[in-house]
Amino acid sequence: MLFVSFLGAVYGLFWLFWILGTLFINGFKYINLQLFLQDSGPPGLNIGGLRQAFVGHFIITVLATLIGVPIGLFAGIYFAEYGRNSRFFQVLRNTTDIMVSTPSIIMGAVMYAILVVPLRHFNALAGSMALAMLMIPVISVTTYEMLKLVPFTLREAAYALGAYKWQIIKDIVLRAAKVGILTGIILGVARISGETAPLLFTSFNNQYLSFDILKPMSSLTVTIFDYAMSPYKYWHNQAWAASFCLTFFILICSLIAKALLHQKSLKLFKKKR
Amino acid sequence: MDAYEVEIKVKNLNFYYGKELALKGINLDVFKNKVTALIGPSGCGKTTFLRCLNRMHDLYVGTRYEGEIIFEGKNILDKSVDLIELRSKIGMVFQKPTPFPMSIFDNVAYGLKLKGVKGKTLKEKVEKALKDAALWDEVKDRLKESAFSLSGGQQQRLCIARAIAVEPKVILFDEPTSALDPISTAKIEDLIVQLKNRVTIVIVTHNMQQAARISDYTAFMYLGELVEVGPTEKIFTNPEKKLTEDYITGRFG
Amino acid sequence: MKGSFWIERFTKFFLGFWAVFAGLIFPLVIFLILLYESRLAIQHFGVIKFLTSSAWDPVKQNFGALPMIAGTLISTFIAMLIAAPISIGIAIFITELAPSWMKGVIVSAVELLAAIPSIIYGMWGFLILAQDMRFKVEPLLQKIFAPIPIIGKLFSGTPTGVDVLTTSLVLSIMIIPFMASVVKDAFNLVPSVMKESAYGLGATKWEVIKDVVIPYTSSGIAGGLILSTGRALGETMAVTFLAGNVTHVPTSLFQPFTTITVALANQFTEADTPLYLSSLFYLSLILFVISFALLILAKLMVLRLEKRWKT
Repeated sequence: MLFVSFLGAVYGLFWLFWILGTLFINGFKYINLQLFLQDSGPPGLNIGGLRQAFVGHFIITVLATLIGVPIGLFAGIYFAEYGRNSRFFQVLRNTTDIMVSTPSIIMGAVMYAILVVPLRHFNALAGSMALAMLMIPVISVTTYEMLKLVPFTLREAAYALGAYKWQIIKDIVLRAAKVGILTGIILGVARISGETAPLLFTSFNNQYLSFDILKPMSSLTVTIFDYAMSPYKYWHNQAWAASFCLTFFILICSLIAKALLHQKSLKLFKKKR
Repeated sequence: MDAYEVEIKVKNLNFYYGKELALKGINLDVFKNKVTALIGPSGCGKTTFLRCLNRMHDLYVGTRYEGEIIFEGKNILDKSVDLIELRSKIGMVFQKPTPFPMSIFDNVAYGLKLKGVKGKTLKEKVEKALKDAALWDEVKDRLKESAFSLSGGQQQRLCIARAIAVEPKVILFDEPTSALDPISTAKIEDLIVQLKNRVTIVIVTHNMQQAARISDYTAFMYLGELVEVGPTEKIFTNPEKKLTEDYITGRFG
Repeated sequence: MKGSFWIERFTKFFLGFWAVFAGLIFPLVIFLILLYESRLAIQHFGVIKFLTSSAWDPVKQNFGALPMIAGTLISTFIAMLIAAPISIGIAIFITELAPSWMKGVIVSAVELLAAIPSIIYGMWGFLILAQDMRFKVEPLLQKIFAPIPIIGKLFSGTPTGVDVLTTSLVLSIMIIPFMASVVKDAFNLVPSVMKESAYGLGATKWEVIKDVVIPYTSSGIAGGLILSTGRALGETMAVTFLAGNVTHVPTSLFQPFTTITVALANQFTEADTPLYLSSLFYLSLILFVISFALLILAKLMVLRLEKRWKT
């Protein structure tokens, strides 16, 4: 019986190696300099790169992070520092938790109605806002969890000196939890940079390099989608290369997050000499 | 009755956790520049009582005070009292060392910065506090280092320095040495005896020998009531109540 | 410092505003916007008709959601069928069986699987797996199962690779890391003393798992299952690549089909009339309501477990 659960682990590993293996082999094969230096070429012709997709993806992600992270932080801080005894805010916090797992394409649909229709065309801002809508619950929940870990006696010691709550949050609690919160942000960025669905009909796609957030903008994920669905082998190859870069980026983010947390727990062990 | 000045006068204090009456009718005088120890078995309410003196219970829901605690001519249990102001005059040191995630200097300076002290005055007051806490020699070359680089005993002295720095009238100690080794404990006990010249001290301890060593007055509590209070020597050699005697001689608790 | 008093008030109000925004206004606005945009379709088709009609005809402007809803439910169900036992198996393996050096490796592998974006699952599935399914696996399955009465029906039709089976399979691989994590966390809540008392009475490892660990964490596992279902429902990119996008209710594992997310992904940019667009929003509304309801249910079950057993 227990052997069966071992098989389960083997099953999981099997797929992991197949998927990652294919990704690395195909992706690596087709990475070249022009991928990063040239914009997309016309369909069918074996020329062009994905520069505009990398740039566009970067812009959209950064914008989403700038909007989503502060709001998530504010909400998370309130839940942890003011709302712990209130039934109402506990419900709100659980709702935020639920929003984390909500289908991401719905954010795209909502932003379509809010920002694409009034502007009459697809735009990068709508895409960023859709991604921000995903960021907010994620950051809010991880901030809350990390702040909860700060022992209450630390806050009491500050109160005992005559500090206001806002001073305690600013000087002590946030500082104590800063590694955890940063980790949450990094993982949040990793998560939204892999999203495609919310961008499909908000920022749409663009074969030209653009910095205008009120116009359609290319993104890596939507481009991978378009290219992989197309009949052109050249574009399939580029889709593999782009997928490789994207996965690589996400893995680096996860590793950094892990390293940060590991370092933090090491520091706590070194405390009592 | 002694002719010493009363720093804090507790009159008929009742304290409720929700519906439960945790402290019943406590009457106690805390004398200025003396060490008053609170002893008693686990759960007798000594820490609960201590935390009434700086209204620490206000941080939690469902707590209620009745009665009066007179300090500086006013009842500090009154709703109109400025808690921020109160807590800079009545400080607290906790059971486990609680260094803030900052440098050694910033830890001690924190309370002062809250009051707006800056620059040269700040540096001088920090140095004085560290000297008063018998920590200055050990840290003077590494003030910028993180407080976490100190040992447990040093961290606790840091917390004491932090509390002293704002020059309070009273410092409340909640079992300050229970998490420390014997050598650190001895250092802190010496510290407390020296500090009383400048500050009134109330200390909760579950260690009777400690109370006998360092305190001038001892109050024995049991099941939320103050059973007996008096000069330490009298309590430990010739207590008036049988309950006190039973506790002192180790018959229970 | 008098200023500090006002900063204190402002801070509480400011932070509280964003907390209410994130936890209440935000989901409410989503619901209201979806509802508002669906109003045309709701007026036209009502509720029952929309949910039970299979007609999806942009030309005749007649829209019914049954194929999408059916596709979503079927693919999710099959994916869960595959993923649930395997995830529980992996969780058991990690918490009870694996030697410590292997534990770290498996946990990292599971985390890696979870980090891969869904579009890559979709692309890999489409360009690689679907081919193998179409030419090797599915014909083999057909040979084995088709002769069996009743069940054989599920294996009929010419295998195309982009169908219910492949989609459900890839979906299950995507859920496994998440579900295994949730179940593993639930297992870790079991206090060692409980397990030790069972061992002390002479129970074998399997018996401890079967009789102590699993019953103890049953609502946590159930909650995790429902949570994973909620997530699988909303999966878009992998499904869009692999479903085949044919608007009908599938009757065989080898048939292409569609789901709500597939319809949204493919048709949002094609909707040329207000009614068409409104019908798509109607689909979004249905998806939002179903997944929200499932997620609330999951949360309640997990909270019940935590309340009962967390020290």
